[in-house]
Amino acid sequence: MKRISALARIAAPFAAAAAAGYLLEATDVVNPYWVQIFQLACITSVSALGLNIIYGFTGLFSLGHAAFYGIGAYAAACLMKIGGGESHLFFLAALAAGSACAALVALLVGLPVLRLTSDYLGIATLGFGIIMKVLFDNADSFIPLLGGARGMTGIARMTTVPWTVVILGIVLVSARNLVRSGYGRALVSIREDEIAAGTAGIDTFRYKLAGFVAGCGLAGLAGGMYAHLYSFLHPSNFDFFKSVDVLVIVVLGGLGNISGTLVASFGWIFLLEGLRVLLPPEYIEFRWVLIPVLLIVTMLLRPQGLFGFREFRFFREEAEP
Amino acid sequence: MLEVKGLTKRFGGIMALSGVDLRLREGELAGLIGPNGSGKTTVFNVVTGIYRPDDGSVAIQGEPLVGLAPHKIQRMGIARTFQNIRLFRNLTVLDNVRVAYHPRVSYGPVSALCRTGRYVEGEKEIRKKTMDLLALFSLQVRKDDLAGNLPYGDQRRLEIARALASEPKVLLLDEPAAGMNPSEVKALMEFLLEIRRRFRLTILLIEHQMRLAMGICERLIVMDFGTVIAEGTPKEIRNDRRVVEAYLGRASHRDF
Amino acid sequence: MDTFVQQVVNGLQIGFVYALIALGYTMVYGIVRLINFAHGDVFMVGAFIGLYAIERCRLPLFAVFLLAVAGAALLAIVIEKIAYRPLRDSPRIASLITAIGVSLFLEYFTALRQVFGPNYYSFPRPFAVSSREVCGVELTNLQTIIFLTTLGCLALLYYVVHRTRMGRAMRAVSHDHVTAGLMGVNVNLVISFTFGLGAALAGVGGVLYGIAYPQVNTFMGVMPGLKAFTAAVLGGIGSIPGAVLGALIMGQSETLTAAYLSSTYRDGIAFVILIAVLLLRPTGILGVPRTEKV
Repeated sequence: MKRISALARIAAPFAAAAAAGYLLEATDVVNPYWVQIFQLACITSVSALGLNIIYGFTGLFSLGHAAFYGIGAYAAACLMKIGGGESHLFFLAALAAGSACAALVALLVGLPVLRLTSDYLGIATLGFGIIMKVLFDNADSFIPLLGGARGMTGIARMTTVPWTVVILGIVLVSARNLVRSGYGRALVSIREDEIAAGTAGIDTFRYKLAGFVAGCGLAGLAGGMYAHLYSFLHPSNFDFFKSVDVLVIVVLGGLGNISGTLVASFGWIFLLEGLRVLLPPEYIEFRWVLIPVLLIVTMLLRPQGLFGFREFRFFREEAEP
Repeated sequence: MLEVKGLTKRFGGIMALSGVDLRLREGELAGLIGPNGSGKTTVFNVVTGIYRPDDGSVAIQGEPLVGLAPHKIQRMGIARTFQNIRLFRNLTVLDNVRVAYHPRVSYGPVSALCRTGRYVEGEKEIRKKTMDLLALFSLQVRKDDLAGNLPYGDQRRLEIARALASEPKVLLLDEPAAGMNPSEVKALMEFLLEIRRRFRLTILLIEHQMRLAMGICERLIVMDFGTVIAEGTPKEIRNDRRVVEAYLGRASHRDF
Repeated sequence: MDTFVQQVVNGLQIGFVYALIALGYTMVYGIVRLINFAHGDVFMVGAFIGLYAIERCRLPLFAVFLLAVAGAALLAIVIEKIAYRPLRDSPRIASLITAIGVSLFLEYFTALRQVFGPNYYSFPRPFAVSSREVCGVELTNLQTIIFLTTLGCLALLYYVVHRTRMGRAMRAVSHDHVTAGLMGVNVNLVISFTFGLGAALAGVGGVLYGIAYPQVNTFMGVMPGLKAFTAAVLGGIGSIPGAVLGALIMGQSETLTAAYLSSTYRDGIAFVILIAVLLLRPTGILGVPRTEKV
């Protein structure tokens, strides 16, 4: 009985969020365009959280995050197109598969590359990102379904608001649980001082690999969700700029800070869209002039990120009382 | 307990170690002394797996260590502190020590993810062990302070606490008394004797402060230019001409 | 065999231009450990200065170079003073993100209609391209100019770094800026000078690039910048000869891939080479591993 009530306690907030999401989508209380932006913000949060695990928590400077986002997107979309139709169950399986693909590639890439030190790791992952982009551009020569430089169209619009919020919720709770456990502390110790962590008994390579794979897996999950939100994929969505975007979000929010990543993701997406709406049409290009200025000013004034080390209480909790 | 034979290590053109032989008996409290640059820290670094030696062997209770990764060497029972203090500066005092307990954690990542009962029990156990250890060092009140914000002396002690959390058989301390005043050194001396007894440790310490080295070490090993030049009780070492010359140069015969 | 050598020569053309850009990256990294993402955009500004100098002012070529050099150097020095210097003691990632911000700002600000404009603009060729056969290979006057200009710049750079006081100061600061400061070196001046010098080379590169590939646009610095930075890492970041070596390798791999494999893979192959090299030599070909004292 205790088990069931415990499970119910955990499931309740998710059910509530899902219900709220469903209402949001079904009624037209909010302009559907903004609902979609909200979903994009949720998806970006998942991806950014992945990079935060890799860079903020484990200290691995990865500049190729968008590549894994893309791998997840294309893999999930491909599977869904081949076998899924409109089935929600298949959709979830496709998302999981997309995430697993990204994780697998991360494992293969990580094994050789994670031996490199910080700046070199950055450039190697950057290089990998560009290689993937080139592969995405030419993907239609191996698998015509993927569309290549023409883009991949006709993806089912499966990413509903309930799914988005529930998945984000699960990811946030999982991230918190992992990060506040001994495993999370081990990752952070590697970031702080890899040599000391090693002599304290932590298998640093294995943990670095695990952190990298987990973070890239999240990127893949986010990618799959993204593919089924906009129903169209193009390689230009997964270039170096995209990797830079997500890095900016993670640093702005505060490295190693879940709350910061969440807020910064939403802030970034809504700022981008907000400016598009606010600025008069002749000045629409000013959007991308204002944003870097904001970025520079923020870094000059608060280099540790908006949240620094402070977290919302939920994310600080260690063990269930 | 710990046996080092013929250890050699080259860095580019410099011979940091040229054939170091060293033995530690179980339960011993020994000191590794010598002028700056004689290779003492390098010995520690090779023993703990940070550097790979070019030649020679290291074994703990007969088990060979050379070529193993640092974390594997730790699991075999060796823990250390660092000359320049390598704490996890942005982690709390509590977390610094908890990390060292992690390799022996009783729950897996899936349990952590789902926060099962096993996880809760495991975390409780680690927390208790950590608090007990911190209490020994009188650091428990500072448990939520960031390690980087601690006063220097507390940082040194925290590093020792972290090393003890690894539950080692052999403890290598690199200049534990650096920056301490005479009364602090005296307290440290008593403390080291106490933890050796309580945790049944074998301790080797690198020290420049002669009061500490001569004061509690049962045996001193003297290094110079990458090799061991003398070995013996503090009394013997104090009068050893080679040692005096190594520290003070050839012309001097002053006793210190 | 002829065509192969021909391709090699063509590869040298872009390789030399990459070298001019790569040097700026490597020098700045060597001295402040910063990946100056905005460097590719300084190159772009150099190209645009060249465009206006030739088209509007009708200046002779050497004056064009001088103007581009001055403009680029000034821009870099200003950027360093405003955006990087305040963060010198902050975590390195903050400087990196700021560099990204500066890069984006330069790209989009100059793309405004009121500044350079968002389109592709045609770069006027100040001379007609002619070619001559040398040892069985077609060598254009453009290539000759690129080779000679770049070699001249390299010679000048070597002189500055190894034979002047400033050069010695640069080398000192890149080893240990605290001690250099204590020894009486004006560290801020040296850092500004380094930024300016790197930018000057990029400015020359911008003009050469504009002449060689006469389409300029405010985003033209992104890919060459990325490739030049990769070249610098390939050769060993912080090493001046390494940057040149890496750039030549990048140029060759690009050209040969486009010629013999397929131009669609051209951008990718250089990075495959980079990763392969880093796995074998983790600090680049001529890089010196920084040993940490434990």
